[in-house]
Parts: sequence; C-alpha cells; structure tokens
Amino acid sequence: MIDAVDLKKSFGKNEVLKGITTTINKGDIVVVIGPSGSGKSTFLRCLNCMEDPTGGKIIFNGVDIADPKVDINIHRRRIGMVFQHFNLFNNKTVIQNIMLSPVLCAKQDRRKAIMKNLFSKNKEPVKSVAQIKKEARENAEKLLERIGLSEKADVYPSTLSGGQKQRVAIVRSLAMNPDVILFDEPTSALDPEMVGEVLELMKDLANEGMTMVIVTHEMGFAREVATRVLFIDEGVIMEEATPQEFFSNPKCDRLKDFLSKVL
Amino acid sequence: MKIQKMIDKFLEVLIDYKGYVKVLEGLENTIKIAVIGLIIGVVIGTLIATVRVIPKYKVLPRILNGICSFYVGFFRGTPMVVQLLVFYYVVLPLLGLKFPSVTVAIAVFGLNSGAYISEIMRGGIQSVDYGQMEGGRSVGLSFGTTMMRIVIPQAVKNILPSMGNEFIALIKETSVVSFIGATDLYVAFNYIGSNSYEFMVPYLTMAIIYIVLVCLITLLIKIMERSLNKSDRRS
Repeated sequence: MIDAVDLKKSFGKNEVLKGITTTINKGDIVVVIGPSGSGKSTFLRCLNCMEDPTGGKIIFNGVDIADPKVDINIHRRRIGMVFQHFNLFNNKTVIQNIMLSPVLCAKQDRRKAIMKNLFSKNKEPVKSVAQIKKEARENAEKLLERIGLSEKADVYPSTLSGGQKQRVAIVRSLAMNPDVILFDEPTSALDPEMVGEVLELMKDLANEGMTMVIVTHEMGFAREVATRVLFIDEGVIMEEATPQEFFSNPKCDRLKDFLSKVL
Repeated sequence: MKIQKMIDKFLEVLIDYKGYVKVLEGLENTIKIAVIGLIIGVVIGTLIATVRVIPKYKVLPRILNGICSFYVGFFRGTPMVVQLLVFYYVVLPLLGLKFPSVTVAIAVFGLNSGAYISEIMRGGIQSVDYGQMEGGRSVGLSFGTTMMRIVIPQAVKNILPSMGNEFIALIKETSVVSFIGATDLYVAFNYIGSNSYEFMVPYLTMAIIYIVLVCLITLLIKIMERSLNKSDRRS
C-alpha cells in the first residue's frame, strides 16, 4: 500500500534519513523503534509528506506522492495521522473537530461533480450540502459513541484530558475512512494512567484490520500488536523482523544495545 | 460669566448657523474612514500575513513575499499625511482619475493599516502552535483552508488587543484628512471656531467626542474578546 523507495531527508546539511526502503502492505501493523534522534519520526512524517522528502519515492496506492506535482491533499485524506501532541483544533468543539474535514472534502468533491455535470451528458448524482453535513454528523456521533465520549461532543478540546484528546484525535483521522493511519508517538505526551485507554483503542483498530504504522516507545505494545518491527538508527533501517524474532533474537549490535537499555 | 458667554457663542454657531450639520458630516466621515479603512486593512493584512508565513521553497511564494515586504516597507516608512498627499495630488492625477477626497482617504487608510495589520497578524499566526497547521494538513485540508478555518481564527483571538490599538490609532489619525480637503471632526469644529471667534469650547467638545469614540471601541473589543474566548473556558 505504501512503498518507501530509497527515502532520503536532510534538514540543511544534516542528513536525517539516508535511504530507507520498505513496504507497508494492507493489514500490516508496523512498529518503528529507535533511539531519539534516529530519524524514526522523520521517516513517519515523510510517509504522508508532512516533511517533504529530499530524495527517493513514496508510492501510495500506485502514485508517487513525494512528487511535488501531485496534489498531496487528495492523498492525505486516505492517510490518517495521529500526533504526539494531539493537534486537535482548539477553536472547534469535539464533534466539529471530527466533522470538519469530511464535510469540507465532501463539499469540494461536490463542487467538482457539479462542474463536471455541466460539461458532460451522464450526470453524476450530487448530494446536497445538508445531506453531507447530516451524514458527517451521524458518522462523527457514531465514532464518539465508540470511544465513549458522546457527552463531550459539544465541548472544546481544552476541557478534555490527554487520553480523551488522543482518542478524539484518533477518531478524527478515522472519520476520513483512511487506508492507513500513522501514529507519531501517540502515548508519549500522556500521563501514565491515560496510556492504557489509548493503546486499547489502537489495539481495537488493529484487530479490525486497520493498516497502521506506529512510532512508539511502548515495547510491550509492539510485542503484542505488531506484525513487523523496524529498528531505525542513524537514518537507516538497522533491523526488520517479526516481534518474536525482534525481541528475543536481535541480530545487530545496535539493537541489542538498545533493547538492553529499554527492556 | 465668561465661560457662559463662550458656550452661548458655541451653541449659537452649532445650532442657529447649522454647525451641527458640519459636525455630523465630520463624525460620519471620521467613522466611515476609520471603519472601512480598518476592514480593508484587515483583508489586506491577513492576505499579506498569510503570504509571509507560506514555506518558501518555491519561486512564486518568494516573489510574492518580496512584493509584500516592499508594500509593508513603503507604507510603514512614510507618514500617513504624506501618503494622503501623494495619492491625492500625485498618483491619481497622473492616472487621470478623480475621486472624492473621502474615498481617497478611505483607500489610503485601508492600504496603510493593511501594512501594520499584516505584521500584527503575522505575529498572531506565528503565535498559534504549528501543530494546528499539521493537524489540518494531516486530514487532507489545504494550506489555505487550514489557515482560514483553524489558524487565523485562533490568531485573531490572540491579536485582538493589538487590533483594538490599531483601530483607535486609525480613528485618531483621521484628523489629518483635512490635508486633502475632506471634512472630518477637526474641520467641523474648526469651522465652528472660526465662525464664533472662539476656539476653546469647540476643541474641548471635539476632544470629548474622540474620547467617547475610543471608549466605545474599547468596549466593543472587550465584548469580542469575551465571545472569542469561549473555547478557552473550562466549563
């Protein structure tokens, strides 16, 4: 689904990614692990071009989205992202946070369809704006019910706890029906007691077959949920294995050293 | 006794000689120039501020950024009076155009405050956590949409006090439009003063009117702040 081909990224003279090649298939749950400053977050952020790669390709559903000519916004709708610091829209209520992009994107598609209908004979059916909003709201309500925050629909994010914010952020990305969700250290900014509820939700998603790429320091979670673990250090993939193999039988020295520190 | 006489003279010119028509016209122009100027300024300022925070890897944003810097440099680098005179007596005649002086004043005030507001707005935009932009981009919204829906509304909240300052400054600076022959409060009260040979009361009244206007604006800003702050309140 996502192919990273010889992915490179430099910030000025500092080369953070030095050629990463890997494939993320549908249904994969790839956990990325590495010491801080290793480039694991940069790698993740390059996958949806949140950082523009300076070299290499990212093939998403057959299109190289690292190409500046590609309309990245269309593809980002299909790639969810969850951040360390949640990045919920502070000026919108919880339900508006979830509905905003589905509504705006559907409206944009609607305008395009109307323009197309003007010039072609076979008219596509066009939804009314009210209908778009209604569907987005129903979907958002369903998602909020799923995470048990229905009664928080009309409050602002500033009133939520960290765990609640992160769960809202996860369903916000779910509302776009993404093919894959990228998690950038989703539990690192949380109080320890809130980590569980977020991991629980991520586990649920994993069980439903959602494709996920997760940068995390939660080794237990990686061992339990991942289908594949990547160890990135100094801008390259040092080791790539199933979790059993990865944790019980690490091959490269860097990884052995790293695991001895964190486990 | 003397004061009583002064006030009588003032009222005589104000009412019997239709001075109040001038005053109302002046008041109307003052408010018109400041309010419409501010609105134009906000639109221009927001556009410029947005251009100036676009990441600059590509050529087009760089060119736009250059143009905007020049614009801001020009309008902040020359006094308002000079801009009014240049537009009214140099630029428009050169273009062969003729506009009423109030229209020119509105345009110049708009262009001028646009330059100041762009910097205020840029500060506001940069005060919003970059994560807000990333959050918007990650769900497939474009730079412009995220800016308009997410970042600028939060920026506006942060810069409201400075915007109040700007609005107050505009109201007070309208007193220079008489240079191009527009009637504002100063012209109106000057007219009354010269007709009654007595300036103390008219100018004092003028000062009070300015103060009242500024108080009203302060109140308005306070109300706006309160309504915009509802997303911060923990209820």
